[in-house]
Amino acid sequence: MTQAQLFEGYGPVAGYDEMYGESGLRDLYTAVHAAFGKMPPEEVRQRAEGLASSYLEQGITFGVAGEERPFPLDIVPRIIEADAWDEVEAGVKQRVKALEAFLADAYGAGELFRDGVVPRKTVVTSSHYHRVVAGIDPANGVRIHVAGIDLIRDGNGDFRVLEDNARVPSGVSYVMTNRRAMSGGLPEVFAHHRIRPVARYSRQLLSALRAAAPAGVSDPTVVVLTPGVYNSAYFEHTLLARTMGVELVEGRDLVCHGGRVMMRTTDGLAPVHVIYRRIDDEFLDPLAFRADSTLGVPGLINAARAGNVTIANAVGNGVADDKLLYTYVPDLIRYYLHEEPILRNVDTWRCGDADQREEVLDRLDELVLKPVDGSGGKGIVIGPAATREELDELRAKVIAAPRDWIAQPVVSLSTVPTLVEDGIRPRHVDLRPFAVNDGDDVWVLPGGLTRVALPEGELIVNSSRGGGSKDTWVLARPTEPIEEVDDDLETHSSSQSQSQSQTMAPVPVPSREA
Amino acid sequence: MLSRIGESLFWIGRYLERADDTARLLDVQMQMLVEDPSTDEITSCEQLFAVMGIEDFDGVPNRWSMLDNLAYDQKSPTSIAAVIGSMREAARSARETLSTDVWSAINTTWQGVPAATSMRPVEMFNWVRRRTAMISGSADDSMPRDQGWYFYVLGRNIERADMTARLLSTAASAGGSGVAWQNTLRACGGYESFLRTYRGIERDSAAAEYLLLDRWFPRSLVSSLSEAERALTRLDVAGRRAGFSDEALRLLGRARTEIEYRPLNELLETMPFEMERLQRACSAASDAITARYFAQENWHMWTGRVSL
Repeated sequence: MTQAQLFEGYGPVAGYDEMYGESGLRDLYTAVHAAFGKMPPEEVRQRAEGLASSYLEQGITFGVAGEERPFPLDIVPRIIEADAWDEVEAGVKQRVKALEAFLADAYGAGELFRDGVVPRKTVVTSSHYHRVVAGIDPANGVRIHVAGIDLIRDGNGDFRVLEDNARVPSGVSYVMTNRRAMSGGLPEVFAHHRIRPVARYSRQLLSALRAAAPAGVSDPTVVVLTPGVYNSAYFEHTLLARTMGVELVEGRDLVCHGGRVMMRTTDGLAPVHVIYRRIDDEFLDPLAFRADSTLGVPGLINAARAGNVTIANAVGNGVADDKLLYTYVPDLIRYYLHEEPILRNVDTWRCGDADQREEVLDRLDELVLKPVDGSGGKGIVIGPAATREELDELRAKVIAAPRDWIAQPVVSLSTVPTLVEDGIRPRHVDLRPFAVNDGDDVWVLPGGLTRVALPEGELIVNSSRGGGSKDTWVLARPTEPIEEVDDDLETHSSSQSQSQSQTMAPVPVPSREA
Repeated sequence: MLSRIGESLFWIGRYLERADDTARLLDVQMQMLVEDPSTDEITSCEQLFAVMGIEDFDGVPNRWSMLDNLAYDQKSPTSIAAVIGSMREAARSARETLSTDVWSAINTTWQGVPAATSMRPVEMFNWVRRRTAMISGSADDSMPRDQGWYFYVLGRNIERADMTARLLSTAASAGGSGVAWQNTLRACGGYESFLRTYRGIERDSAAAEYLLLDRWFPRSLVSSLSEAERALTRLDVAGRRAGFSDEALRLLGRARTEIEYRPLNELLETMPFEMERLQRACSAASDAITARYFAQENWHMWTGRVSL
């Protein structure tokens, strides 16, 4: 295969391509394009295989139906210029602040209902609304310690919000491991760019979690709570615990006594103050939620109510990422922050609304229908790709429970060059930036997780649907200092092997100058 | 340290040693079958099954069923393949406390199991020994000497004492043939050092003495038991001026002195009996450690719903 073939057939695509514009190659990608141009295709393949095998060796996997698979990392990076990133960063911050204000209001005074911004019914009918946590005031006022706001780029290349994740957004570990793997797998291209580092994430998260500690605890014990090794995101849980230097606990390691949470250690019980939980609300506390859950800790919610432990993210956050509430977020931004939304929503119809439902039902075959409480691409029906039977089934479901559905036009996601069987081809991507709120400010991780749909034309990018990921490079401005190296993560093992010297003589000591 | 993590590290130590020692044990057995024509295959395999605690075996005990049960078959819990699987599972649940070097070494070993089970026996044993050496080497180099390390060391040495006892029973029951002792020493990686120590005098009693009592040879029973006792002492932060607060320490110390202070001839006469007693002591000590450091309260299952 020659170079021409790697990029051959990379033509204009419907929608926005991030490498090729109307006038050809965009400046942003010149260096990447040139670098792949200099490399023999066999070498590109070899390096791509190197990435995959290093992931397998390190156990960087996710679970699909109980089986561990290496997370596919594409060798072509995605690049975002500083100006575009400024907009994303500001937009994500704004959104997280508005959602925080909304949650405080919805579980507190309820002023937004009185002012008619959002109907009370919309919030309390959400399956993620938990009355049991109403009136619990978090220690530093933060409920969304970590947010993942899913973005796409529309036909004009403008970023738009696809959905908010205020419960337990996952994927940040791949942002960190992808960066580490790419700096080893593509060093010459890497060195050619000024890329904002991502390794600060763990430190930011830890300091936000410490800041969220219950009042009066000066040196809090933070733990990460995982459902266990069979969870699909277990790798991420271990990575976060490891890079923050805190314990990774399971429900059975914790016990509540007198409204306090303790963990069982080899020296007896030890107090726990902040729990970064990676378990869904419903499984957290069998006393408050599902009685059959063995993943959680009985009494946890009471301990939180007593103010002895902070649960991060807060219980009940699901009302903020309900897809029906999503349609109100622009209004929430205006209402709480008195600002215009920086990032626009994708146009959305609420099926609960009679007029809108009628229009949706008329155009089922052109629209994308999404269940309001779904995540991970579950239950989504793409009209143009659905069969008649599927559409009829969908129609019945929407009529039966209109509150449970929203509809959106088919958005053509932007494309980024991606190495596939035939060569380098445009594939659809989205972007999940991660934001950490420590109560003083919302910090946005530069980059975030780019997921890429590997099959041609596929619009759902979830890893459970055969999606991969890309390292996302946010470029720094020429004058901006790049503060630190990514030193928190392990280096790829093969880069450590060094040639041994043949002799057994000690390394000579430099002679002291007189 | 979390009890659950302590327990995982203890078992990583045990599984690591078990995989290594099972490979050594099988290596001895296979060599014996090949080199000593007087060996009766069925009897000697039967003995090995008994030594390894396989009781309800209903096939023909020969070299192939032995290899299946103890090396290749992932469904047999005593096989090397299964033990490596368990080790990796324990490592996965303690992932955040292991160094990346140790984790990758364990993980790649586990990934190599399918390939290893299609190797010839001798190749597979070598592969297992190389991999376990790599894991223990990385652990030695990169694990901090905290509580977790001592649980790991404890697990390894209890398992090593237990497995060396089984090796010794196997050799003793082979009916005192010189070949068996030589092979056992080889399997422990101690043949050359044995020759140097005893100036080339190859007596069965000398070989037994070396494997039982030598304080300098790290695989001898006395060495591994002492090592386990040292680890327990480091874990017991309370420390006592007299007596023992720790049941496991008492059990292991007693088992060691039973061997250490008994005349060698007496030991040799009742070898299988002594070795069985030692294995029981190891298993009781393991239970005592679990009870003291790892035991969880019984898990509560909430069947009723409490309204709030």
